[in-house]
Amino acid sequence: MVAAKNGCKKIVIEPVTRIEGHGKVTILLDENNRVRQSRLHIVEFRGFERFVQGRPFWEVPVLVQRLCGICPVSHHLAAAKAMDLIVGAERITPTAKKVRRLMHYGQFFQSHALHFFHLCSPDLLFGFDADPAIRNVIGVAAKYPDLARQAVLMRKYGQEVIRITAGKKIHGTGAIPGGVNKNVSIAERDFLLKDLETMLNWARSAVKIARDYTVEHLDRLAGFGSFESNHLSLVRHDGALDIYHGNLRAIDAAGNRIFDQVDYQKYVDYIAEEVRPWSYMKFPFIKALGPERGWYRVGPLARINTCDFIDTPEADAARKELLSLSSGKPCNVTMAYHWARMIELLHAAEKIKELLHDPDLQGTDLVVTGTRRSEAVGMVEAPRGTLFHHYRVNDDDQVVMANLIVSTTNNNEPMNRAVQRVCEDYLSGREITEGLLNHVEVAIRAYDPCLSCATHALGQMPLVVELVNVDGQLIHRLARGSDGTILALGDPGGDNRGSSDE
Amino acid sequence: MNPQRRILVIGYGNPGRHDDGLGPALAAAAEKLAVPGLTVESDYQLCVEHAEMAARHDVVIFADASLTGPEPFFFEPLQPAGASTFSSHALGPGEVLALAAGLFGASPTAYLLGIRGYCFDQFGQGLSPRARFNLAFAVDFLENLLKNDSWSPRNLPLRPAASTASVCEELPCSKVSP
Repeated sequence: MVAAKNGCKKIVIEPVTRIEGHGKVTILLDENNRVRQSRLHIVEFRGFERFVQGRPFWEVPVLVQRLCGICPVSHHLAAAKAMDLIVGAERITPTAKKVRRLMHYGQFFQSHALHFFHLCSPDLLFGFDADPAIRNVIGVAAKYPDLARQAVLMRKYGQEVIRITAGKKIHGTGAIPGGVNKNVSIAERDFLLKDLETMLNWARSAVKIARDYTVEHLDRLAGFGSFESNHLSLVRHDGALDIYHGNLRAIDAAGNRIFDQVDYQKYVDYIAEEVRPWSYMKFPFIKALGPERGWYRVGPLARINTCDFIDTPEADAARKELLSLSSGKPCNVTMAYHWARMIELLHAAEKIKELLHDPDLQGTDLVVTGTRRSEAVGMVEAPRGTLFHHYRVNDDDQVVMANLIVSTTNNNEPMNRAVQRVCEDYLSGREITEGLLNHVEVAIRAYDPCLSCATHALGQMPLVVELVNVDGQLIHRLARGSDGTILALGDPGGDNRGSSDE
Repeated sequence: MNPQRRILVIGYGNPGRHDDGLGPALAAAAEKLAVPGLTVESDYQLCVEHAEMAARHDVVIFADASLTGPEPFFFEPLQPAGASTFSSHALGPGEVLALAAGLFGASPTAYLLGIRGYCFDQFGQGLSPRARFNLAFAVDFLENLLKNDSWSPRNLPLRPAASTASVCEELPCSKVSP
């Protein structure tokens, strides 16, 4: 919890356990109480790669959905794409591809809507200095009930797209090695078309809210948790944004290409993962640049920066407007992630409309096979960023190796940088204030990190903050309670529930 | 059970994290009870759309694994509650009720069924023996509740005569990190 060496002391923001909704921030101060270093610890998918070993490969697209309650479809599709190659399906049928794409756009729609409503909009609508007692999903529901109701129904709509394409809202089985196990019937298509225009309108409104907020507050947001970085994502062969399939492109902070159109089967030649002793989560980097300079951002803002255009008109117009902030160059404003996310929400709605009018969805040619392989990589752009699934399978059809680089891991270094920047700007003195906590949370939330891979059983607190002096004495401790209240935990004799005196 | 009463059981948790799957396991067992008027939902976690679902029912029972609650389970009334968001996308049951009231004008009677689990910190399917033992008590309780329409925490069963620890062997992963 605390270390005191080289005249420095550590402040630890730590979880009670490694469970869902928990992060840990360690702030290392120098003797003058200035931030020397900060570290963000987030739950890694610990043990999953081992868990999947020995399982038949065809089970994997279903099994991996257990990784995450928010974006199981991303894992489902990334694994299915890898297993396509294992069964020799170099090209799946048009129906299979479009059903999968529809599933993926449905997931983007629900995931981005959920993030906007649940995590982002309280910060945007109330301001991130606002009291956390109102700066939350319940506060939004009370003050902006129409927006909140829209968000719930957008999330529900995306879930319905997933249910229809994957068979179920959770634990879907739609994508199988070599294709899909069902198409979309006319009745199912018409069911989704019924509310589509409403969803498009609401998506347009969400883009406007995020855009207006960012532009109006740009003076403050430009520096908030921001820094220049490389960006990485899949792009289509013609440079278009493509969240389901493409090749890897990496650019630097100025927009110069580091590499482009790299076949992701060869990702190990371009991306490496650094292990640091203080974190369960690895730190990926671009090999050619090394760990110091090769880290990169993924996710909505990175995708908007790396792509040349978006192939749906309204989202592309919004992309151009966002990039006008930086004169057409990559945007490195961390808080612009929210605007970029809403642009992708609109893009997803536009693509859902396009696909629902495509008769290939009703095709009956669902699965192909070919020459069996023993090793393959599957990759998609998940809502939170690029997702790598890499497997080896033996002659008995058992998985013998799995390596996953998930979106939140790809954003590990950037999230650390964002926290560091915020701590430098907002930490003063020897106490962690509720205000600092709020700002750290806002910076982390911009990346929408997914902590859902772990558990969330009853009885835990989302965030605990400890301040320890150079002698190892606990001098101040705060926790964010599961009901949003601040718990003062400084009394060694017991926990005192109540408001902070910050 | 009063057939006019619309009852929803939501079991939530990640079955890929051993005892975190107690909620979905309870939901699966509830489904098999085939009680008229009962809707059963299973999910990894509670999210905003569950508010809309809760709003369409008279009674909602949230079933989840409990890290530290009493063995074999607890059952208590729930009220709408405020929110806490760090970076999680999940809601608490009180938040679901608050959203059901705030957005959909519904105030279902709600209960929390917390089933004690022990093994959370590793990937793997299947409940620990002690969790299975606790689940069996919870399912019996729920069946009695639903079929006899006896909605009171006073109807909680007494603690089992034998300690769960004494009748179950430990899993290696029961050494859950604090």
